[in-house]
Amino acid sequence: MITLSHYIVLGAVLFCIAVAGLFINRKNVIVLLMSIELMLLAVNMNFVAFSRFLGDVSGQVFVFFILTVAAAEAAIGLAILVLLFRNRSTINIADIDSMKG
Amino acid sequence: MNPQLFQLICFYAFGFVTVAAALSVITLKNTVHAVLALVLTFFSAACLWMLIEAEFLALALIVVYVGAVMVLFLFVVMMLDIDQEKMREGFVKFLPVGLIVAAAMLAEMLGLIGVRAMHAQVMGANPAAVAGLSNTAWLGQALYTKFLLPFEIAALILTVGVVAAVALTLRQRGDARYESASQQVKVNPRDRVRIVKMAAERPVDESPAPPQEPKP
Repeated sequence: MITLSHYIVLGAVLFCIAVAGLFINRKNVIVLLMSIELMLLAVNMNFVAFSRFLGDVSGQVFVFFILTVAAAEAAIGLAILVLLFRNRSTINIADIDSMKG
Repeated sequence: MNPQLFQLICFYAFGFVTVAAALSVITLKNTVHAVLALVLTFFSAACLWMLIEAEFLALALIVVYVGAVMVLFLFVVMMLDIDQEKMREGFVKFLPVGLIVAAAMLAEMLGLIGVRAMHAQVMGANPAAVAGLSNTAWLGQALYTKFLLPFEIAALILTVGVVAAVALTLRQRGDARYESASQQVKVNPRDRVRIVKMAAERPVDESPAPPQEPKP
């Protein structure tokens, strides 16, 4: 029988995989963006599971909004990436240091 | 077969595929393959959501993510010419750090959320079915009544996203030829055509008369 802990543990595992992806792909912006998408998926998994198991509709509505914001974020992020590649001919994080932050 | 056992088997199968695909997203060398692995991750996550009767969101995940966002990713990855080998340097260097941080984080999370207590929380009746609605109607009723303002704001965010993405990537090329609609509309026929009036019967002079200015 499926219990709430199954989904929560799966969400935690997905989130940790995404964090590891942020660490080991420090050069490639595209993989970093994909890791962020994985994190959002992990959060959405928790929301859907809690919504279903607690019988509250708010969780699923929130997932809907997260999907919306994530789509806008991906569009703008990829637009910035294209712009960056056009101007610098690289998407290596280490080369993007003109602001000396 | 016992339906609950079948559900559990389905959960483990889809969950295994999800985790394996997520792992290959962050480890695959070729970025195109990583994007395709992410598509598989989203697809099996949608199957998992379908398993707990969140049908609308499962289909929205497939339509929005697999159909739109991941295709956009694939488009960008294939458009950019990326040196794969150079992108991989530092992979081995940061691998232990990443693994340690991820493992520590996972241990902390699992300790914090109390897996045992949640294990007692079994799946009750589908709240949408209890209300006598389908999952989509259940979600839609909340979305268009209680969450109407956030819904409108979400639409606004999408519009801003579209405008921002176009404004960021729009490039004015110097050598491009295009028609200016506003100049075409504003043109005055008097600027283009000069009407010259001359008498037909008059004998031709030695020097032609200067052309007459157009009438105002």
